[in-house]
Amino acid sequence: MRSRKSKDLLLETKNIVKRFPKVLANDNINIKLFKGEILSLLGENGAGKSTLMNILYGLYKPTSGTFLLEGEEVEFSSPKEAIRRGLGMVHQHFMLVETLTVTENIILGNEPGKADFIDYKRAREEVLVISERYNLSIDPDAKIETLSVGLQQKVEILKALYRKAKILILDEPTAVLTPHEVEKLFTVIRKLRDSGVSVIIITHKLEEVKAISDRVYILRRGEVVGERKTSKVTKKELANLMVGRDVVLTVHKEKKEITAEPIFSIKNISVKDAQGLMALKDISIDVRPGEIVGIAGVDGNGQSELSEAIMGLRSLEEGNILYGNEDIEHLSTRERRRRKISSVSADRQRYGLILPMQITENLVLGDHDEPPFSKGINLSLDTIHSYSEKLVEDFDVRTPGVDVTAGTLSGGNQQKVVLAREFSRDPKFLLVSQPTRGLDVGAIEYIHSQILKMRDKNSAILLISLELEEIFSLSDRILVLYEGEIVKELIPEETTDKEVGFFMTGGKAKE
Amino acid sequence: MGGFFSIFNEDLLVATIRLSTPITLAAVGATVCERAGIVNIAMEGIMIIGAFFAVVVAYYTGNPWLGLLGGVVAGALFSMIHAVATITFHLDHVVSGAVLNILSFGVVRYLMVIIYGHPGTTEPIAKGLAEYKFAVPLLSKIPVIGPAFFNQTPIVYLSFLTVIFFLIFLKKTKTGLHVRAAGEHPLALETIGVSVVKMRYLAVLVSGITSGLAGAYLSIENSVSFTEGMSNGRGFIALAANISGGWTAIGSWLASLFFGFADALQIRFQIFKVLPIPAEFFIIFPYVATVLVVAGLVRRSRPPKAVGMDFMIEREED
Repeated sequence: MRSRKSKDLLLETKNIVKRFPKVLANDNINIKLFKGEILSLLGENGAGKSTLMNILYGLYKPTSGTFLLEGEEVEFSSPKEAIRRGLGMVHQHFMLVETLTVTENIILGNEPGKADFIDYKRAREEVLVISERYNLSIDPDAKIETLSVGLQQKVEILKALYRKAKILILDEPTAVLTPHEVEKLFTVIRKLRDSGVSVIIITHKLEEVKAISDRVYILRRGEVVGERKTSKVTKKELANLMVGRDVVLTVHKEKKEITAEPIFSIKNISVKDAQGLMALKDISIDVRPGEIVGIAGVDGNGQSELSEAIMGLRSLEEGNILYGNEDIEHLSTRERRRRKISSVSADRQRYGLILPMQITENLVLGDHDEPPFSKGINLSLDTIHSYSEKLVEDFDVRTPGVDVTAGTLSGGNQQKVVLAREFSRDPKFLLVSQPTRGLDVGAIEYIHSQILKMRDKNSAILLISLELEEIFSLSDRILVLYEGEIVKELIPEETTDKEVGFFMTGGKAKE
Repeated sequence: MGGFFSIFNEDLLVATIRLSTPITLAAVGATVCERAGIVNIAMEGIMIIGAFFAVVVAYYTGNPWLGLLGGVVAGALFSMIHAVATITFHLDHVVSGAVLNILSFGVVRYLMVIIYGHPGTTEPIAKGLAEYKFAVPLLSKIPVIGPAFFNQTPIVYLSFLTVIFFLIFLKKTKTGLHVRAAGEHPLALETIGVSVVKMRYLAVLVSGITSGLAGAYLSIENSVSFTEGMSNGRGFIALAANISGGWTAIGSWLASLFFGFADALQIRFQIFKVLPIPAEFFIIFPYVATVLVVAGLVRRSRPPKAVGMDFMIEREED
């Protein structure tokens, strides 16, 4: 048990308020951070966590309120001052210059050397010294663009440590990491704590809070709604505090016998990636009506190539795709969609939606030039409008109106728009990639229930997800994708996440 | 066809260097500017302003060196309009640049009528910088390249120094690193405490200075008067040179040399009528070369990621 004497108090906020033109992002926030602890700030998207951290870091100015660093009132008007006083921040979207090397990124703004000349030799040595001290080994000469996300995050942490950070703020640190990388990150964070660095983790993931932090503040709609010792709180309680109502953490899935013939079959397909390397090798998948087949795997093992091949965005080197009794591998994406194939793409902002366009337009996209949404060369605006109103209602999209642009919606509501479009066209086959990426508990709960509803309506569903929990709670069958091959088929009720994880990272089945 | 090959001589190389000088200067400026994230299509206009004020100052003071300074200062000041518009007021870079180009034509014609009483060509200055041509001892005696590189006029030498200076600046200096970061990931730079705005202003200023110098070269070194339209699209070709040079100082220089070479060649084709094609046809040669080179080479290099993108911090997001 760590002692909580006031001399250990490192940072304290006093009644921080931040008002943006339309929202009150922070409402009277009072939190404390002690020396050598790992603190979580838990909250849904839009709860005001990032705003608060950006205020601490000198990126935003608070509307009112102050904060005390080691008992002294401070106000940072720029990140430079925050850094000078020992704050380091690892942003959710990495602040790394991809074309520069690891060393250049770490020293940026604090370069060693005489006059304006950079002493690259010394810089490189300094980087090696801190990376050894904190056990964060990395090639100092590698370019950022060649590194995996996990390694890039290491560079970000080194960047903060190079500036002698006493307080390290991590914004959604596990959002982009594989389970294995998450474990490694947690080890690093514990090591940092033991060496006296205080760590603040901003997150909306309950597991993360439980797994790593000592203490947690829960934020909702800009307010602190609770403070807990992590060891003395359940996930359920955290979820309820965060969302403000009773939340169902795992959806209930009716077990059912699926006997129908497959409606969608991938037969021995091989697909090359953008670099011309084989990304999928001789893969076969069958999906039956009313069945959810989950593709588990670590990112980059052929998931995006698989979904592109299914939707006709990437050509097959070999093999066929059968839909009903028809070969569809030579059909265009449009022809495939016409045959009631729907797809929720992994990146809703780039592929799922056109952000600067209205919700109405996004909701009919793809079917907009066919009846009932158009007549001749004209769009039937009234039909589109009333159709949109209905979908927004049915799918619980929280928006001031159907005429606002998709870009103004929160991530969860954007995804609901995608779901509304794809699920309402009565699909017989549904490809769902990463449906809850970056979403918070409330939205995840909703989206999972909608996917199960489609299963009840007898759609054949192929679910590609990097979240093992999601795969487990939705799938009827699990296929593990590793280096472009299906290495194992498993039934969720008869396996464990450990076993699936084993196959995901290349353990071969012993049969 | 002895006549055809006879144009490939030492003079062709000398002419290549001379004709490429204004392009080199502006292209290196464009490199620095775009590496910081600002697209500057106003270099054509800045060149015109630089050329005009170089002549005006040289005309009234009788001193071409002061003229050179005048051209540079005028170019620098004019470029600041672009900086204020794009960086401080977040105007689209291409729109601002296009407006400045048009503005430069108008301003120069207006001032010509006021100062000289007529548009077109100004009165010649007493002494141009061409009279300060000097040969570097020993080096100028190197066969073939000696006369081209080491027996030249002042701004030609300055253009060499500009290339070397910015090559080192971008690669070896702290400020150079900050400039590069500003054009790739400005928020990354800002969040470690270096002002993106300052770096971008600095970079636009550099392009203003080098384009102003390029203008001064055209009017008081390569000529002794200012003629409307004398920049003849070189500011735009410089942009192309920067792009085909892969956004590096040395690449910009090599690409500029190529365009200078194309220009020198077309002049010789016109004059010596070595091929049975109408002389006018060759005038388009450098421009066709520009299109081909840009189309052929650009795909291989990648522009700075945040080039042309606005940078603003206080945003409403969470």
